[in-house]
Amino acid sequence: MTDLVETGTRSVGSSASKSYYQGDAFAARLRQRYAAERNFKIAGYASIGIAAVMLVVLLSTIIGQGYTAFWQTRIQIEATIDPAEVAPVGTTDRTKISQGNFNKLLRDALAAQFPDITDRSDRRKMYDVLSSGAAYELADAVMENPALIGQKVKLWVTASDDVDQLMKGYIERDAREENRKVNDIQLRVVDKLTADKNIALQFNDTLFTRGDSREPEMAGLWGSIKGSFLTLLVTMFLAVPIGVSAAIYLEEFAPKNKLTDFIEVNINNLAAVPSIVYGLLGLAVFLNFFGMPRSAPLVGGVVLALMTLPIIIIASRAALKAVPPSIRDAALGVGASPLQAVLHHRLPLAMPGILTGTILGMAHALGETAPLLMIGMVAFIVDIPGGFTDSATLLPVQIYMWADSPERAFTERTSAAILVLLGFLVMMNGLAVFLRKKFERRW
Amino acid sequence: MQLTVLLIVLIALTVAGYHLGRSRAVRAVGGRIVQLHSVPAYHGLYVALWAGLPAFALFALWSMTENWLVLQMALASLPERLSGGDISTLGLLKADILNIAQGVNPGRDSDPAVVAAAQHYNDLRSLGDWMVLAIGASLAVAGLVYARNRITSALRARNRVEQVVNWALIACAMVAILTTFGIVFSLVFEAMQFFAKISPIDFLFGLHWSPQTAMRADQVGSSGSFGAVPLFAGTLLITFIAMLVAVPVGLMAAVFMSEYADPKLRNWVKPILEILAGIPTVVYGFFAALTMAPFVRGLGESIGLSVSSESALAAGLVMGVMIIPFVSSLSDDVINAVPQSLRDGSYGLGATKSETIRQVVLPAALPGIVAAVMLAVSRAIGETMIVTMAAGLAGNLTANPLEAVTTVTTQIATLLVGDQEFDSPKTLSAFGLGLVLFVVTLALNMIALRVVQKYREKYD
Repeated sequence: MTDLVETGTRSVGSSASKSYYQGDAFAARLRQRYAAERNFKIAGYASIGIAAVMLVVLLSTIIGQGYTAFWQTRIQIEATIDPAEVAPVGTTDRTKISQGNFNKLLRDALAAQFPDITDRSDRRKMYDVLSSGAAYELADAVMENPALIGQKVKLWVTASDDVDQLMKGYIERDAREENRKVNDIQLRVVDKLTADKNIALQFNDTLFTRGDSREPEMAGLWGSIKGSFLTLLVTMFLAVPIGVSAAIYLEEFAPKNKLTDFIEVNINNLAAVPSIVYGLLGLAVFLNFFGMPRSAPLVGGVVLALMTLPIIIIASRAALKAVPPSIRDAALGVGASPLQAVLHHRLPLAMPGILTGTILGMAHALGETAPLLMIGMVAFIVDIPGGFTDSATLLPVQIYMWADSPERAFTERTSAAILVLLGFLVMMNGLAVFLRKKFERRW
Repeated sequence: MQLTVLLIVLIALTVAGYHLGRSRAVRAVGGRIVQLHSVPAYHGLYVALWAGLPAFALFALWSMTENWLVLQMALASLPERLSGGDISTLGLLKADILNIAQGVNPGRDSDPAVVAAAQHYNDLRSLGDWMVLAIGASLAVAGLVYARNRITSALRARNRVEQVVNWALIACAMVAILTTFGIVFSLVFEAMQFFAKISPIDFLFGLHWSPQTAMRADQVGSSGSFGAVPLFAGTLLITFIAMLVAVPVGLMAAVFMSEYADPKLRNWVKPILEILAGIPTVVYGFFAALTMAPFVRGLGESIGLSVSSESALAAGLVMGVMIIPFVSSLSDDVINAVPQSLRDGSYGLGATKSETIRQVVLPAALPGIVAAVMLAVSRAIGETMIVTMAAGLAGNLTANPLEAVTTVTTQIATLLVGDQEFDSPKTLSAFGLGLVLFVVTLALNMIALRVVQKYREKYD
């Protein structure tokens, strides 16, 4: 950069035969400058590379850990539904049937396959290849079809998480027994079942139909998916009308005065307030002051709505700003009132942009966890929430809770839950991109 | 039940009001609509608003205050010997009344006075609901009749309706102010209670953090000390590590994207950064705790260092990755705002591209970049999930990134998760921390926004 200046002084003093530009010093400096240029460019590539590599590592570890959770080991059991243990033949009353001792039926069925295992503690080990939820599955099957009482049934029931991990190859068979989660008896049972083709990896529908559970193999995401859905519904019904209205006012009608400036400063600051502070607000105001129920999608939705409000306002204002003023002038010119000009003409034209911003805001809210921890949404909730005031947990909070569980099977499920969450986010963002592409308009 | 009926009645009356008002307006001018001041639909809306608004306001007010109001009245009906207790027994009493009122057996024999209060509670509730139903419905009918009778050809229905809409829009814009006030008041109010128990000096400058308070007087080791300096130090340490990753990488990525990359490459790189920005923080936290922390630990041990499994380094690195897109998109904006003429001038003097960037573009964009970094710092300080999942819990005053430290947000999250009573300093300290967090991030944002504004004006 400074070469030009220097040339002026140096060329006079340099040797007569070579001009300054042909001198070695110049060539060396030029090489140096080009090297610096190259290094700078490499640094640019490197930083992009770091970002890309981190993304790939992140996604690949989660997919690598999580994809197996979509399959679950099940064991085929041939059990006799003994009327003495369940209910007399012909019973159709569901509660009566549900009180039956299905655990014993399952155990008897297993024991019948392995008559040589007689020792009490060995038998107990053998029973542990089945999940503690297997009895409920058998009970459900009988409740669905009471005619099964007294019959022999063949049914696939869920295996315990340790057997599941063994089948997926996460537990080393060669390890010594005391270092292995699956003991020798269970290994024998599993081998026999494998030989008889009575054990198999099947699609894990439990993951998508059940609520949370302490047993990894019985734990599902449906409760938290529904909780997230209910919460986002509340968020949407609050944040979208209020946000769009606020944007209309600020963009179209607000006079330039102190109050308007104050509102704008507030919105900009709210957009940058840490999300956990919204949780504190929810705890102090909604739970303590208004006495709203803990862990309810209603409160979660309100808190997330306050959090996404600035995002929606900012996006809606940008969308409204993008509509050319000539539209308004034309509407006013043919006699529309200012409000009519906005509601009938400018707002519909800005709608695709507003919708895109709204969806992105909702996606942001779907992934948010921290404020929900404050208002009691980290609770162990088995039931599927049915309404806005039921106790519920949300998808990201479920991920947070499962991530804390020590079982290997829960790590797998956490990754699977993350994949489900990312799936929803991809869908929402995809929809936003689609809307933008479809309705994008250059004025 | 009554409230649902009221809601249905109100909706029906509002819809009816619209049609009645509309037809009335048309009839008032004998079908010659041109003579009306406004389009008939506005007369309909005018009547509908009169019918619906007051009654809906009453409905909203009642459903928000009902629980609290009725409970207070029920508590007031209790004899002195029961209601005279302190806050915690009163809380139990409230829970008992609510449970009995809902038909849930509290599991022990209840005081007959409490049962009576619960009965009273139920009676009051249903009485109140009936009253609100009656008042609400008559309000709606009265409004409907009043507005309908006012309809003449000269009624400026559109202006009236638009006025209401205008006020509604203003109210919506006010929600932003209300939220800010809600945050400030809830933080300040609870923090004041905390500072009444623990002196602010001890809190801000104390070197020892151990919020477990003793439940019994003879309990050992849980004296409860609230010196927050270890938390501030831990937060700063993790933020510093995150910035070491995010600022160079984010800034270089922005420079590269805006100055070097051709459109084809940009189409590839932009989505990468956008995906990084869109990944929920809980996912980063999971990654930090289960992948990054063991990796850092293993790496450290392989060269003979002892690394904590909750090291600040792991949390900070992942947080840095999370903030890369934030820094890069903000810097991208400011770099693009530097006028092309500055670059052209530099090229004209024979500078290479990197020389132009380093000596012309970046200095020109410096205020904006500083602001971007400040926003990123504020983001890192307020980030919760990564540190809650991957950083430690013990208040450890150290500058060694290989040890476990705890942060302000981690403590807030762990102090307030689960059931808590609201009079112990342990719980209240979370609000003290929240106040500090809010003030610091707010200050950073305000300054950064001001800097950006100033900077923008310079080149506009």
